[in-house]
Amino acid sequence: MVDQPEVASATLDALPPAAASSEPEPESILMLRKVSVSFSGKLAVRDVTFDVPEKRVTALIGPSGSGKTTLLRALNRLHDTVSSARVTGSVLLNGTDIYGGALHPTLLRSRVGMVFQRPNPFPAMSIYDNVVSGLRFNGVRKKSLLDEAAESALIAAALWESVRNRMTARAGVLSGGEQQRLCIARSLAVEPEVLLMDEPTSALDPQATRRIEELIDELSDRVTMVIVTHNMQQASRVSHRCAFMLMGDDRAGELIEVGPTDQIFGSPTDQRTSDYVQGRFG
Amino acid sequence: MVLCVICVALALIPLVGVVGYTIVRGAPVWSADFFTHAPTPEGIPGGGILNSIVGSLIIDGMAAAASIPLALAIGLYVSQSHSKIAAGIRFAADVMAGIPSIVVGIFAYGIIVNTMHHFSAIAGAFGIAVIMVPILVRASDGAFRTVPGDLGEAALALGAKRASIARRVLIPTAASGLFTAILLAVARGAGESAPLLFTAIGSQYFTASPMQPMAAMPLTIYLNGIQAYPTLQRIAWGTGLLLLLFILILSVAGRTASARLGRRA
Amino acid sequence: MLGAAVVIFLALLLGLAADLVYQAAPAFAHFGFAFVTGTQWNPVTTSYGALPFIVGTLETTAIAMMIAIPIGLGTALSLAYLLPKRLRLVLGTAVELLAAVPSVIYGLWGLLVVAPWSRTIIEPVIGFIFGHSGPASGPEIGIGLLLAGIILAVMVLPTMVAISRDVLMAVPSEQIEGALALGATRWQTLWRVVVPHARTGILGAVTLSIGRAFGETMAVAMIIGNTPSLAHSLFSPAATMASIIANQFTEAVEPFELQSLIAIAVLLLVMSLLVNVAARLLVRSVGRTHVSAA
Repeated sequence: MVDQPEVASATLDALPPAAASSEPEPESILMLRKVSVSFSGKLAVRDVTFDVPEKRVTALIGPSGSGKTTLLRALNRLHDTVSSARVTGSVLLNGTDIYGGALHPTLLRSRVGMVFQRPNPFPAMSIYDNVVSGLRFNGVRKKSLLDEAAESALIAAALWESVRNRMTARAGVLSGGEQQRLCIARSLAVEPEVLLMDEPTSALDPQATRRIEELIDELSDRVTMVIVTHNMQQASRVSHRCAFMLMGDDRAGELIEVGPTDQIFGSPTDQRTSDYVQGRFG
Repeated sequence: MVLCVICVALALIPLVGVVGYTIVRGAPVWSADFFTHAPTPEGIPGGGILNSIVGSLIIDGMAAAASIPLALAIGLYVSQSHSKIAAGIRFAADVMAGIPSIVVGIFAYGIIVNTMHHFSAIAGAFGIAVIMVPILVRASDGAFRTVPGDLGEAALALGAKRASIARRVLIPTAASGLFTAILLAVARGAGESAPLLFTAIGSQYFTASPMQPMAAMPLTIYLNGIQAYPTLQRIAWGTGLLLLLFILILSVAGRTASARLGRRA
Repeated sequence: MLGAAVVIFLALLLGLAADLVYQAAPAFAHFGFAFVTGTQWNPVTTSYGALPFIVGTLETTAIAMMIAIPIGLGTALSLAYLLPKRLRLVLGTAVELLAAVPSVIYGLWGLLVVAPWSRTIIEPVIGFIFGHSGPASGPEIGIGLLLAGIILAVMVLPTMVAISRDVLMAVPSEQIEGALALGATRWQTLWRVVVPHARTGILGAVTLSIGRAFGETMAVAMIIGNTPSLAHSLFSPAATMASIIANQFTEAVEPFELQSLIAIAVLLLVMSLLVNVAARLLVRSVGRTHVSAA
């Protein structure tokens, strides 16, 4: 089998016009270098290498079991909570290896936020407390700062108008879509550099999904996002770049191809990418 | 993290202390005579706790014989019924398990001792049985409910009657869980003293008659332990160690049986 | 056949309550409500008031909870999340097994091992801290209210730890990851997210422990000092509802003495039932909070 990451980087290098034509290629905020993840010695993701450009939306696509979520969770060291998990290779956040020991996982996670598949507001907290929980975890106590951050995060998450008069209500009273936007607001309040999103609309109805997608679009000029999705249309709508993953023969996920979204969907270089995106579009 | 280690230590030290002291103080008391003789009269050296051991076996045996069939039948009913009554009985069993054992003792006193006009082993067994019933109901309900529903349905589809489903499918499949339930309930019953205080009341003599007052290990521990004489306290420790071993072995055996089944009791 | 078993079960439950009330009726009829508020317990003058025992029960339980809640919660957190996996399993099983140790053995240990320490170390230290006044006044004799509270705390710990550990472990991992992903430390995640999420279940565990402490008989009867009067110090000998019954039942020969003891049992039954029903509702509602919160 061909060494896929090599192909991927080759694709990257051979990628002149699409992005270059409109604006200069942005800096890479995250650089993955031969990232592998294994559970109890069993490889789940193998040797993934690609760059995530700053203030762009990068989508991780691929069939289920291809290791998208596993890879995503390696980017904020969430695998640390699973004792059987091992991550090798390096992930550079602005040049610093997050697995290098120089960056404490707690600090890392306040710089790399995450929104989960199912909305997970803290049920014991009010809406307000949820939004500022990340700031409080990071030691912010001053009421005026918290108020300010809550308002701007809720405005950014397009939730301010609907919750401004019930900030003390429990988060459980919100609808599913609102809860997910609350979770996005909660992450934004910490002002992360990167926001990881793990299939953020898979538990939502189409209407709520559309609003989250619009939100991702609005946020894309202020925060870098990496979004895992199994929904091809969603990837093509919200992302600037796409990374396509596939399960290898030994059931470990591998990166097949990465590039600008219109290239991945329009003229992918790898036959498997083409099969997948076209199969999905029918 | 340090705080947690302190908490765990504070929780475990006294608990380990209870077991440790019982072993350290009880083991030297043990001898062949201790297990094979009834107590000697006050002031005469020697003697043992044979009457308490036999008494405990008789009382707990009677309690188990009475409570197990009853409680397993209730557990079976509750596990197979989705009615409000079943939910109510489950709740009642939970609440009943919280009734103080001394209150159960007074109940046994009122029902049996008052009727017979004298203390007896059977009154004690009644009290222990009342303690065991709710524990058995809940545990057997849990064991029966681990039987996959489609097994019973498959049997029904084969034309089996409800009674034979219970006998041929439910009980054998849940057997290991029921075994655990019984062991844990007997362990609990065997350690109870309060229901025996005014029923079996204790005895210095060897007897096997359920109609007579009878000694039991928990009573022997209590009655000797509160005396100011070291010789009597030694008897309490020696009996305590035997009772503790008996109960821990039952509990470990019960847990092992349920662990083999791959679920928690 | 199953129906018959159910009928016997319900008859047993109702019979228990009815029998107790029937046996206690003469005392309630004779003393009226004053039985609950009376502070004298004197067979010689035929005056029986249950207040000292009600208060004794509440006091020993309160002492036990003050000790057991922080230690139990800390231990439950450790067993659920903080300790290495293998240690969790071993210690968790140990704690569960220790729940099987009979009350009378705790009593024996409390009376013959801990009481001397209580007299020579625990009580003098507490007496020194509080200047030998107020709740820490009076002779330091080892047995009494404080020792009963301490031993009760040890006895309810296994129950409290086992249940709170289970409800803590039932907190969905999405909640924990959600906090971690915001940059929360492990402690912050536990204290601000996991514990609040499990609070109903923990409250249930505490309530269940209170129920257990209310009814605990043998150990308390052996170490509390059996004095039928209101305690004025932590070091005073006292009595609880359960312990006074255990200690005086077989010697109750004066008029109304036995009926009064059984009347205490009725009060104890009512208190235990209330606490246990509350505990069961709390522990049971844990499942529901998960659903409604999602």
